[in-house]
Amino acid sequence: MLKILKYSFYDLMRSRWSYVYFLFYLLLGVVLLFLNNDLSKAVITLMNVIIILVPLIGTIFGVMYYYNSREFTELLLAQPVKRSSIFLGQYFGVATSLSMSLVIGLGMPFVFYGIFNSNAIWDFSLLLVTGAFLTFIFTALAFVIALSNENKIKGFGYAILLWLFMAVIYDGIFLMSLLYFEDYPLDKFSLVATMLNPVDLSRVLILLKLDISALLGYTGAVFQKFFGTSFGLVLSSALLALWVLVPTFFIWRIAKRKDF
Amino acid sequence: MIKIFQILIFLFIGFGSIQIWAKTITVCSSCSVKTIQQGINQAEEGDTVRVKKGIYKEVDITIDKGIILLGENLPTIDGEDRGEIIKIVADNVTVDGFKIINVGTSYTSDYAAVRVIKRNGFLIQNLELEKLFFGIYLEKSNNGKVLNNKINGDAVNEYNSGNGIQLWYCKDVEVRGNNVQNVRDGIYLEFSDNIIISRNISRNNLRYGLHFMFSNHDVYEYNIFENNGAGVAVMFSKFIEMNHNIFKKNWGTAAFGLLLKEINDAKMTNNVFQENTIGINIEGSNRIEYKNNDFISNGWAIKVRGACYTNILTENNFLYNSFDISYNSNLNDNKFDNNYWSNYTGYDLNKNGIGDVPYRPVKLFSYIVNRTPETIILLRSLFIDIIDFSEKVSPVFTPDDLVDESPKMKPIKHDRR
Amino acid sequence: MIDVKNLYKKFGKNEVLKGIDLTIDRGGIFSVLGPNGSGKTTLIKCVLGMVLPDSGQIFIDGKPLKNNFKYRNEIDYLPQIANFPGNLKVSELIAMIKDLRDSKATKDEELIALFKLQPFLNKKLANLSGGTKQKVNLVLTFMFDSPLIILDEPTSGLDPISHLRLKNLINSEKEKGKTILVTSHILSFVEEIADEIVFLLEGKIYFKGSIPDLKAKTEQPDFEHAIASILSSSYA
Repeated sequence: MLKILKYSFYDLMRSRWSYVYFLFYLLLGVVLLFLNNDLSKAVITLMNVIIILVPLIGTIFGVMYYYNSREFTELLLAQPVKRSSIFLGQYFGVATSLSMSLVIGLGMPFVFYGIFNSNAIWDFSLLLVTGAFLTFIFTALAFVIALSNENKIKGFGYAILLWLFMAVIYDGIFLMSLLYFEDYPLDKFSLVATMLNPVDLSRVLILLKLDISALLGYTGAVFQKFFGTSFGLVLSSALLALWVLVPTFFIWRIAKRKDF
Repeated sequence: MIKIFQILIFLFIGFGSIQIWAKTITVCSSCSVKTIQQGINQAEEGDTVRVKKGIYKEVDITIDKGIILLGENLPTIDGEDRGEIIKIVADNVTVDGFKIINVGTSYTSDYAAVRVIKRNGFLIQNLELEKLFFGIYLEKSNNGKVLNNKINGDAVNEYNSGNGIQLWYCKDVEVRGNNVQNVRDGIYLEFSDNIIISRNISRNNLRYGLHFMFSNHDVYEYNIFENNGAGVAVMFSKFIEMNHNIFKKNWGTAAFGLLLKEINDAKMTNNVFQENTIGINIEGSNRIEYKNNDFISNGWAIKVRGACYTNILTENNFLYNSFDISYNSNLNDNKFDNNYWSNYTGYDLNKNGIGDVPYRPVKLFSYIVNRTPETIILLRSLFIDIIDFSEKVSPVFTPDDLVDESPKMKPIKHDRR
Repeated sequence: MIDVKNLYKKFGKNEVLKGIDLTIDRGGIFSVLGPNGSGKTTLIKCVLGMVLPDSGQIFIDGKPLKNNFKYRNEIDYLPQIANFPGNLKVSELIAMIKDLRDSKATKDEELIALFKLQPFLNKKLANLSGGTKQKVNLVLTFMFDSPLIILDEPTSGLDPISHLRLKNLINSEKEKGKTILVTSHILSFVEEIADEIVFLLEGKIYFKGSIPDLKAKTEQPDFEHAIASILSSSYA
């Protein structure tokens, strides 16, 4: 698997898209920091970018990479390599190269700006770690979609739908149900609903840093425990990891049973 | 010329008379005077009772004449939890330089480390209070000073703990440079007018860092209030001035930097509200001028509940708050102008430093959170941004006229200290 | 060498293989023929383990394929459409496949010389023409010395000279006693090289035997007509 990962990664590192992605983040970082000159504001704007754009790019890139390398995959399949290694290797290759574009692209301007001497370093690191997690999660979901759909157009369609659902529609339904059932105790429900969507989960993880003052304003005991202690941070991180593991497991399972 | 001469003679005689008649009584474990109360009993008006370093186990020390009670190298008075420790029942008393510990706790009487009852011209300074119930309790006393004391309690429950510095029916008192921690209310005022509270630090208190009611014409400046159970509560008072204070890290479900309830005609300038769940919570307060304040990283910078009329907010910085302003109605009679809002996304084409598009500080989402608090978990979601945007375009739930017509493009540099 | 027993496979409702029994002995060139959709590629992919059969078994040298991937060390496969990761250079691709197979003894340099690929070694695969890609594809297939070679449409995109070289290459591998499985639509090519043909029709083996046998069976003078007669009789 490591060999496949290595080659996928090299392949991607040299692709135009990695550069575009990398340059995009570099530019974003530079614009946010040096035109605005306000670190805290930059971190907040970045959060919006990360929880929306990173999943989108992860999904599209994952699907695209899978479909584009289908023939190459077939070549690999005829080699004495385990099937699961091929797909997991490709998946980790894509996800790693995307995460690196993100971390280095955003990291560089912030390092030059002097993030190490600033209080925002933890907020910023958390942003990058969450961004990397989201990349891994959505690339994995993209691979699952692509593996289950031979039809490229369909695959792309489902991938975009998945993103739209996770990033926007889910929260809409979530909000409506909270408003509709407002007479009932809702704190457990809302925490569970958050856990079920990796975008929301990452958002809350970042909120724990950026907006803790507001979050602590709510009275529910469950909320208090979640937001007021390190319990929330630990639980969210563990669940994000689970969100990586579960789709990865599906990649492994589908790949094992699939015909090419 | 003659008048000046007369004054000089008068001063000389007056000064000389103290020199001549005022004496110093020394108290120590090996002296002839062994207890502080003995020393006071032997002293006369204007004398100094000098207490040397040591531990004095005494309660109910009553100072009934205008003397100076002076501790040398911080002697300790240990009340052994038996009750009140120093009671001042004369005018012009000074208490200076003691460590006072183990004030008795009671559910029926408010035992204090130092109490002043119906007197004038007191000076209480350089005390260190520990293990206390009430700290310094001023009762119907005027024209005094409470300076540079350190009060460090061990309060756990509200019902069996007392306040650090308490003023009740006092006038013209200065409370300056004190450091109050871990008591119920750091500084408490009731029915006290013309008071100056300045340069105090009040933190980690169980309930309020500063709490006052029915106290008018008071000035609060250069104080730091940090991490108190519920922040600072200011209620039912008029003509208050609060300048250059810092309200910080008051977190919790009912916590705020500052609670203003039924406050009229006040002035708030150059204060910093940082990382509070609610920066300022305003209820039924009118004609207040807020100027040059910084609201940084609060959950809600300002939460307006109930009727608040003709308040003016100008030239404040609103930086990175989760919500800038929250209203629970869609009526507004307050004026927002010339503030800097870090959430502002407009532009300034004519480069005059003022955004060309007005800013709406009240978001639809803050209205939703008021109604259903659990929705807070959707903060900063893209969906929320979308509905906030649509509300911005055509306001339905939020006050239509609540806008800052001339939002600043850059944070305002305020005079800090 | 290869034993296929009672192999069934369907994709959705479409039954592609309906009970294939096939034995291919060691040594010689076998050509799998059949109209479009007859299951040629599926059969080959089953042998390669890329398609998992619904039922039936495949043995290579007596060992079952299921849950085994090491046997592919014994197979060289030429896929039908050569498409490689565009950002790799030709030399890197060759190095990579060698790396994946952990194989040191290769004859890649010889083959590169044969197909005149030296000028392209440092070019990215995305910039190569279809024919050149097919040559690279051939190098990758023939550079290992495995006893079984499977070629899926090996002639596509090749110029006549390369075509000729390929034929020589296949024959020389046969001389070494290898088993070679070829699918092709170019009947003249098949006729020239194949020792035996396997004709698939509607998911079943319609005919297996040498070309003269086929001609005898269909009573046709030449190979092309023999094939045509099978097809016309089956669709009649």
